[in-house]
Amino acid sequence: MKSWPALLSGLLFGMGLALAGMTDPAKVQGFLDITGAWLPDLAFVMGGAVLITLTMTSPILRREKPLLASRFNMPALKTIDRRLIGGSLIFGVGWGLSGYCPGPALVSLLYGYDTTLVFCLAMTAGMFGATLFNPKIPA
Amino acid sequence: MTAIELLAPYITPLLGGLTLGVAAMWLLLSLGRVAGISGIIWGVMVGPDRQWRSFFVAGLVAGGFIIHTFMGIPLPEQSSTPLSLVALSGLLVGFGTRIGGGCTSGHGVCGIGRQSLRSIVATLTFMAAGVLTVFVVRHVLGGAL
Repeated sequence: MKSWPALLSGLLFGMGLALAGMTDPAKVQGFLDITGAWLPDLAFVMGGAVLITLTMTSPILRREKPLLASRFNMPALKTIDRRLIGGSLIFGVGWGLSGYCPGPALVSLLYGYDTTLVFCLAMTAGMFGATLFNPKIPA
Repeated sequence: MTAIELLAPYITPLLGGLTLGVAAMWLLLSLGRVAGISGIIWGVMVGPDRQWRSFFVAGLVAGGFIIHTFMGIPLPEQSSTPLSLVALSGLLVGFGTRIGGGCTSGHGVCGIGRQSLRSIVATLTFMAAGVLTVFVVRHVLGGAL
């Protein structure tokens, strides 16, 4: 599979995260703090992103195949089960604790802070921990 | 205060969000893949398709660098959470995103765009858990952590 389109997508994604303020944990926690000094920034971030994906996804998926690959590779799981709910709950608690989620944490690695390095190392450990918990996790 | 003055601080977040959407749609249109960061990170470490995923991650880090270096957007402060709790937070994020099959990007940005019920449920769940966690830390424990 060609790699330059992924590089371009990653580049845009990283620019979007930094521009959006998603790499600022204070803004993320401020958005989640709905009973305190609520910061609405992330509502605009999610709104902008979802506006694009909601309008563009189905026209793209109506194509026979992607521009530079042989087929669309979409998630096959359809069921709403305990894993989905439980995993998302655990993720949400972790997200709220520090204000970092995976993408912004990776972008922030280059900021040179202890917190983002520790976060990324722990996140990696958590991912491998999940595999031990149940080896049949789809990639 | 006029509507323009009121909304001006949110133009940059909105632009950032639109850029995220375009990035995700480009990956779908070009390679037929979902831009879910937790899944991409996992794929870089254990495969399959290490190559395009590694290029995506390289681009991701470079993208942030470009914004801060060339567009004058200042570096954000790091999390004020104590380091031990940041480690716990990372463990939970890594564990939870693997079990739940995605994070803010895969479920939130891409999955909602695909109108996937799974992703909508996942997003509402992690948002609610995040809100509850911040509430407990800031307003029940009084930011004691």
